[in-house]
Amino acid sequence: MKYFGLIWRNVWRKKARTSLTILSVLVAFLLFALLNAVGHALTAGAPLSAAQRLVVIDKVSLINLLPISYGNKIAAIPGVRAVTHATWFGGYYQDPKNQFGQFPTDPEVYFDIYPELELPDGQFEAFMKNRTGAIVGESLAEKFGWKVGDRIPISATIWTKKDGGRTWEFDLEGIFTTSDPRGTTAFMLFQYDYFNEARAFGDGLIGWYVLSVADGADPVEVAKAIDAEFANSPRETDTSTEQAFAATFARQFGNIALIVQLILGAVFFTLLLVTGNTMAQSVRERISELAVLKTVGFRDSTVLGIVMAESILIMVIGGGLGLGIGWMVAQSINEALGAMIGGGIFLSGRALLVAVVIMIGAGVAAGIFPAIKAMRLSIVDALARG
Amino acid sequence: MRNLNQILAVTWLNILNLPKRLATSLVAIVGVMAVVLVFSAVVSMARGFERTMIAAGSDETAIVLRSGSTAELTSGLSHEQTLVIASAPGIRKVGDQAITSAELFVIVNIKKKSNDSEANVPLRGVQANAFEVRQNVELVEGRMFEPGKNEMIVGRAAQQEFKGLDIGSTIALGRMDWTIVGTFDANGSVSESEIWTDVRVLQGAYRRGTSYQSVRVRLEDKESLAEFVETLSNDPRIEADVYSEKEYYSTQAEPLSKFIRMLGYPITFLMGIGAVFGALNSMYSSVSSRGTEIATLRALGFGPIAVLVSTIIESTLLAFIGGLLGAALAFVAFNGFRVSTLNSNSFSQVVFDFAVTGELLVQGIITALIIGLIGGFLPAVRAARLPVAQALREL
Repeated sequence: MKYFGLIWRNVWRKKARTSLTILSVLVAFLLFALLNAVGHALTAGAPLSAAQRLVVIDKVSLINLLPISYGNKIAAIPGVRAVTHATWFGGYYQDPKNQFGQFPTDPEVYFDIYPELELPDGQFEAFMKNRTGAIVGESLAEKFGWKVGDRIPISATIWTKKDGGRTWEFDLEGIFTTSDPRGTTAFMLFQYDYFNEARAFGDGLIGWYVLSVADGADPVEVAKAIDAEFANSPRETDTSTEQAFAATFARQFGNIALIVQLILGAVFFTLLLVTGNTMAQSVRERISELAVLKTVGFRDSTVLGIVMAESILIMVIGGGLGLGIGWMVAQSINEALGAMIGGGIFLSGRALLVAVVIMIGAGVAAGIFPAIKAMRLSIVDALARG
Repeated sequence: MRNLNQILAVTWLNILNLPKRLATSLVAIVGVMAVVLVFSAVVSMARGFERTMIAAGSDETAIVLRSGSTAELTSGLSHEQTLVIASAPGIRKVGDQAITSAELFVIVNIKKKSNDSEANVPLRGVQANAFEVRQNVELVEGRMFEPGKNEMIVGRAAQQEFKGLDIGSTIALGRMDWTIVGTFDANGSVSESEIWTDVRVLQGAYRRGTSYQSVRVRLEDKESLAEFVETLSNDPRIEADVYSEKEYYSTQAEPLSKFIRMLGYPITFLMGIGAVFGALNSMYSSVSSRGTEIATLRALGFGPIAVLVSTIIESTLLAFIGGLLGAALAFVAFNGFRVSTLNSNSFSQVVFDFAVTGELLVQGIITALIIGLIGGFLPAVRAARLPVAQALREL
């Protein structure tokens, strides 16, 4: 560390070039951050606990509804711990562009199955008591400026009411958060009983079942047992873990996600290559100067260390700034588009770790060859070159 | 004139010297190439998707949905309502038959060929006039499905993208098997991503009773839309929203194309900045490595303008080469590249081709030239201002 002053001075000896190099690195890591954040949303959006939950949908298509009576039959299958259901309501708030998920469900069991969802004390009880009550996630509440006690009109695109109206009003009884960093809170839950009573059609039908398996039970076996129960009935089912369900859904975006990631990956490495080359060149230009250091008594290994520290420092400064900005941009994209693609545009700790490894690796790669060359050079030769 | 000669001479000298500065020049070229490549790739994706959606829409066809529905999938109309709609004025007629098609739009799980994973493939139940309400759809292989039978025809794009949709193969919907009997072409539009069957049969299979989701009508002409809308909105038996097909599909296209563009333009911009830094760096080092040469030229009587302009030309030329390479690569790699993705509005797959259009390539190359100009300017100023005496002393 005693050479930090020297390294710092060296870094800034050509201010313009260093600034440009740092900015290029910044851009590269900004892209890296965005690539990972979007990739995260498209591939790993499912919460951690999703492997222990099963989703039961109609075999022909997710859009087909299932009878509510299946609930009891599923609950009786060995290995099923708790089962609830949800339905895609498909409404919007004020403007058709403000679409987000609203799900009528059985909230008591729902919260049991999704323990990562958390409501402040008293709000759950208030919600359970109010037939037309609803709860929303904090990201939605923030987006639309909702507070507990607000009356929220939701325009239905599918479910008209018995009275012919298509505006459903809900009392906001609670705002939930999630303890799972991968989860989204951009949705709304309300009472199935109210939904079923007020809707004009589809009596007794729900969208899908969600269940958690008992401790020790094999989710795959339970899934098979459920599908076997309804095989050869008029409405056959297709059961998978929530994780697999989410993965299949994400794959529907198909090659697009892959292409975007390939493009960004290519860009990232091109930028690194370009800047690495520039940095290596700047070291090459100073070989005679490094010889002077050796003349005045610096050891070979110290010279090597100083050169490497310089290029790593540039990478870390640029990369750190890029990741920081990328993190902020990812957050605002998540706000703008999160509801549409299910949330989860988010920079994971793993991505950050990978970024740091790449920064150091690229710094080493850019510095090491000229540095080794400088180290091996005999002082006389190097000085003669100047 | 003297200036021009000087500029040409110095530029020529620079170009002859390029091989000596191969590494830094290549870095600048590769940087610009990457920008143009990425720009073309992303924008051609958005273009291709929009083209597919817009090609589907005619303004002589109207779509009627239940009031408040934002897409066919969420709509619902009763059999009686479809009859009311079909009897409204403004619809083109053959004999006394109005050209309309009441349709059901559902989704069926079929595996994609590309990743063997299940996808939401759109399945449309249509009436006999389906080909008449759409001007661009025609059967190109096999035959039409027979009404009342479990038979289907598939769009060409769907056939290529999803598994088991060749003519003669069967697919299972629930416990019923359906046979594919024909292939239709829809001029590259979104209809080609769909599977069609007789609406009455589909109603049974999906337990929809006698309900429909949309009615398409062929209007007498563009202007008769107003009359048609007016009549329906005054009819108490019906609460419906009417869109021209063109308007409907461009609304449907919006979220995804907005998403692609929101991703694409900032990325291109960022990369452009990165490439400018790359070009700046390589031109600065070009100028500093040519210090002596520039000073010699100046001592021989070449003016600062010649040095300035020639440096800018050099960097613009490098950027232009990068731009051309990027554009060529984009065209070869992406034009016509077929993908399918989930369109969130219809909740189903849309198959489309990347469209690397000429206009897009020109935009890419212009971007490259701008990067070259910006990247060359500051180093050029430095080159022109180089103190001659000092630079010569360094010799």
